[in-house]
Amino acid sequence: MGAKRLLASPTLWVGLLFAALLLRMDVLEPLFRFGFPRVEPVVYNRDSFPALFLSQLGLVAAASLAASLVGIGLAVFVTRPAGHDFRAMVDALATVGQTFPPAAVLAIAVPMVGFGARPTVIALFLYGLLPIIENAIAGLEGVPQGVREAAEGMGLSPGQRLYRVDLPLAAPVILAGIRVSVTIAIGTATIGSTVGALTLGTPIFDGLVANKLPFVLEGAVLVALFAILTDLLFSRLERWLRRAAG
Amino acid sequence: MIEIDEVSKSYGNRRVVDRLSLTVGAGELCVLLGSSGCGKSTTLRMINRLIPTDAGSIRVGGEDVTRVPAEVLRRRIGYAIQSIGLFPHWTVADNIATVPRLLKWRETRVRDRVGELLELFRLDPPTYRGKYPHQLSGGEQQRVGVARALAADPELLLMDEPFAAVDPITRDALQTELAHIHRATGKTIVFVTHDIEEALRLATRIAIMERGRIVQLGAPLDILEHPANDFVRDFVGRHGLGLKLLSVRRIADRLRRGETADGEPVALDASLGEALSAMTTRRTDRLPVCDADGHNVGVIALADLVH
Repeated sequence: MGAKRLLASPTLWVGLLFAALLLRMDVLEPLFRFGFPRVEPVVYNRDSFPALFLSQLGLVAAASLAASLVGIGLAVFVTRPAGHDFRAMVDALATVGQTFPPAAVLAIAVPMVGFGARPTVIALFLYGLLPIIENAIAGLEGVPQGVREAAEGMGLSPGQRLYRVDLPLAAPVILAGIRVSVTIAIGTATIGSTVGALTLGTPIFDGLVANKLPFVLEGAVLVALFAILTDLLFSRLERWLRRAAG
Repeated sequence: MIEIDEVSKSYGNRRVVDRLSLTVGAGELCVLLGSSGCGKSTTLRMINRLIPTDAGSIRVGGEDVTRVPAEVLRRRIGYAIQSIGLFPHWTVADNIATVPRLLKWRETRVRDRVGELLELFRLDPPTYRGKYPHQLSGGEQQRVGVARALAADPELLLMDEPFAAVDPITRDALQTELAHIHRATGKTIVFVTHDIEEALRLATRIAIMERGRIVQLGAPLDILEHPANDFVRDFVGRHGLGLKLLSVRRIADRLRRGETADGEPVALDASLGEALSAMTTRRTDRLPVCDADGHNVGVIALADLVH
């Protein structure tokens, strides 16, 4: 029963396919050679795919972790009585972060912090903040009024109300925001390659510059699988959280 | 137990509570009765400082409520509300254990107390301990809500329309249970409602409120027999007043001692309303009356109801 469910899970198959292509893209070399006979080499080999993946994973993790901490922190702040007046301002800031194209952020950030990982992380952080803030605010405000009143009336301190009642009840909605943010960040991170960050976008841009279509395909397929796999893992985490929340 | 002294509260220009004073003695069940917006809930919530007062003072057990931290005060006062507010991610047992755990009771003591309360509300402990709130009916949820308010054995219980959202049959059962618990434990209870029948049934004393003031304060019978003004007269209802009077008067006060009658006896502490109901359904004008031990003590007759 357990084994059957595991075999039927898309997470497993997407994960296996992703790992296989990441480690042994060269197995597909005859296929690419058949499709693109005049390209040489036909499989990207300047960096190893696992190294590109780990580098991109690091960038996305750093940016998303920072965006989650800041986003949830701001949402908690504006949903407390003390921060209520800042609600509109935080909403506006997050929206600006989202409207500002990541490519433009890179262009502005590079002269200030140099090439490489740092401007990429800044761009991903700003771009990923909005869904996290919006969902966190919605989640915290969605805690039923009666539950909040009961918690206060029974003598839970503000900190106890936040950690024992508000955050656990808002967790599934907050996690949904992080899921959207991370999935977007994985796709967006590829443009970091234009300013020298190592990502699975590096073969894509190299392929575009050198007119080598197989490189573009290889990078794009891996990025897509990376994003899909992450989304599937988050959806499992979300289901588990909702069950835990009763 | 509670002394409210010249307390006021305004929102903007609107004065919700207007120099209100009220003393509630230990063991009383005092009902704040009025239509919505009369300031009854605000008054209740100022007692446990969910709402700060603008002026005046409130003492609980002789101590000014502002002298202790709000959380410490609230853990000493039970609080039950209409929306119940059970924590949906906690089991019934964890919900009831909220305040005892805040007070850092030992876990064995918490467990015993939860079991005791579930039994008090006739919820079988092994069945109900591990359930989540969404698995309970409305009436069961409200029982758990009141059990949670009573968990740390507070001297004082504040209840804000706790039974307003449940169906009439469940409400009737909950009222009976509350009356029983009040008699059994001797807790001081302040109970907010807009339902006159509920007030007459539960209260030892009723404070009728209008526009932030108490317009009449007295025992249920007092208020029915001597309404202070037209507002109270309208509120308690001119229509059906006689039946309400019967519902608060006791058989004990009209008993014909020493006489006997046939049939199933009614209880000495039942209301005249219940006696009338029994006479109507049994097509008789005399009923035997028994005391709490089941001994026949006399008779109540139809004519006695109206004299």
